[in-house]
Amino acid sequence: MATSVRATSDGGPPPSGTAPRPPGRRGAPASSSGWRSRLYRLDTKASPYAYIAPFFLCFAAFGLFPLIYTGWLSLNEVQLGGHAKWVGFDNYTSLWDNEFFWKALRNTFTLGVISTVPQLLMALGLAHLLNYRLRARGFFRVAILAPYATSIAAASLVFVQLFNPDYGMINQLLGHVGVDHVQWASSKWPAQIAISTIVTWRWTGYNALIYLAAMQAVSADLYEAAALDGASRWRQFISVTIPSIRPTIFFTIIVSTIGATQLFGEPLIYGGGVGVTGGTDHQYQTLSLYMYDKGWQVGELGQASAVAWVMLLILLLIGAVQLLVIRSNRRKLGG
Amino acid sequence: MAQLTEPVAYPGPRHSSTPQRRTRRLRAGGAGQQNKGGPLAYLFLIVATLVSLFPLYWTVVAASRTDTELVTPPTPLLPGSHLIDNLKIVWDQVDMTKALINSTIVAGCVALSTVLFSTLAGFAFAKLRFRGRNALLTIVVATMTIPPQLTVIPLYQIITNVGWVGHLQSVILPSLVAAFGVFFMRQFLSEALPIELIEAARVDGAHSLRIIWHVVFPVARPAMAVLGMLVFVQSWNDFFWPFIALSQQNPTVQVALAGVGSGNHQIDHAVVVCAALVATLPLLLVFAVLGRQIVSGITAGAVKS
Repeated sequence: MATSVRATSDGGPPPSGTAPRPPGRRGAPASSSGWRSRLYRLDTKASPYAYIAPFFLCFAAFGLFPLIYTGWLSLNEVQLGGHAKWVGFDNYTSLWDNEFFWKALRNTFTLGVISTVPQLLMALGLAHLLNYRLRARGFFRVAILAPYATSIAAASLVFVQLFNPDYGMINQLLGHVGVDHVQWASSKWPAQIAISTIVTWRWTGYNALIYLAAMQAVSADLYEAAALDGASRWRQFISVTIPSIRPTIFFTIIVSTIGATQLFGEPLIYGGGVGVTGGTDHQYQTLSLYMYDKGWQVGELGQASAVAWVMLLILLLIGAVQLLVIRSNRRKLGG
Repeated sequence: MAQLTEPVAYPGPRHSSTPQRRTRRLRAGGAGQQNKGGPLAYLFLIVATLVSLFPLYWTVVAASRTDTELVTPPTPLLPGSHLIDNLKIVWDQVDMTKALINSTIVAGCVALSTVLFSTLAGFAFAKLRFRGRNALLTIVVATMTIPPQLTVIPLYQIITNVGWVGHLQSVILPSLVAAFGVFFMRQFLSEALPIELIEAARVDGAHSLRIIWHVVFPVARPAMAVLGMLVFVQSWNDFFWPFIALSQQNPTVQVALAGVGSGNHQIDHAVVVCAALVATLPLLLVFAVLGRQIVSGITAGAVKS
């Protein structure tokens, strides 16, 4: 079977016995087998490229070209609907001198940390629990994924109510344990915690399921061997589970980092009327919001493009660091 | 003990189409580890479930109350009787019918075309040999890391120039195919589609479009359904680019929601939450019916990368 197929894909005539098709079934002249084999060869050679072409065309038009064009715009002074004027690195130097840019950079970093680190740790714990033999396991899995079905906008609007400093349920609950009147909107850290709560709520279940899938692929022998050596369940979790699903952990860290760098909708809607500036004092304005502010409120597309490219550089930097960490980790494990 | 040998329910019924070998490995791995969950495990899981579901439940509560009830502590915990009134006000404030229709059109088009193109490309990357395959696949994966912020400014200029601001095609066209989908289908097809099937069809003289139609699509159908749902959810909830490209005159649901929630005029909080409920309900219904399939879909492509 395999050899005869190899022969066909080399362009030779199809082996007799399987080759003859009912003549005229597709209207192709049965006599011109040379023509047909040429067409066949073209088909096998070209069709893979035809199948992947839609993706690459779409990416070239709506991904690569705008990406490069944004870089070019960042070196120009250009207003919405206006013409570009070359200014070199002026947009970047004016960002460097702008306190709100640095604020946005710091906010993006702190919001990123407090929304991804607890999220991934909780997801890891939940996945471990879901990996036990449980009653109603299917229900638990669907239930913790349910927040994933809500949108950024809807979730943010609901959490704004829950976090309202004057009448929100969360301050009422905190009041019972003696914490009075946290300013979830106007002071910096409470506002950032509230926003990262929205992110964490929406994504923890999703990441837990990804961890769970990885945990279920870990070989049972490893656990048996560990149990024979007298390792406790906690020890097994640390020494068997975590190392075995390390690639998946890296995957989720990278994906969440990318997501955190572009945080936009949650702070925008959380802030309501002052969302674009990230609160009255820019206390939770992210880079993404800052870019929108510059581009669509102020109308300086060149400066907005510079912000976008700063984001790209940051992502590349983070990616490089993560790659280094992954590589050194691999070396430590010996392979 | 009987429960130990029971097949793991989690990969879902659709998993039966993947090769037996893999399923068995998963089961064996799961079974060895299936310590029975103690009371503490249940306690933590119940707390996690409550935290996950409570905001959803409270959305229903707040959507059926009045503004005054919401802003007077203690916050109500049971549904009230004003759901219909609030719905009426939502429809008065924004054209929710139009927004729902628009979202359905956008998410439907994006899901259909993403599934189609991703299946074609995923099949090529999984089963066909061609020059540059690995390098091109690496590029596909790498494009997932590019944030939309880096492309929106030129895209906005383009749609301004061709007069598409506020029109749905400006949101649909850039999302016709997604790297995630290509990768997802490639992962599925490299395991699920036996190369012998393609070779047999080749030997029978089928050209590649016939192979796609009669061999690849039937095998890929379960994964196509899952991918379609995931993309639909994602597209329905997409916010950043629609918020920039569309206006309140012709919004998707998410853009309409941002309009309800912002603005400096006196806001009726119950109405705002009610609008959020309207935007979320269609997906929650899908979730209630197909939750298990979505769960298995999210995890399907995640094990091996």
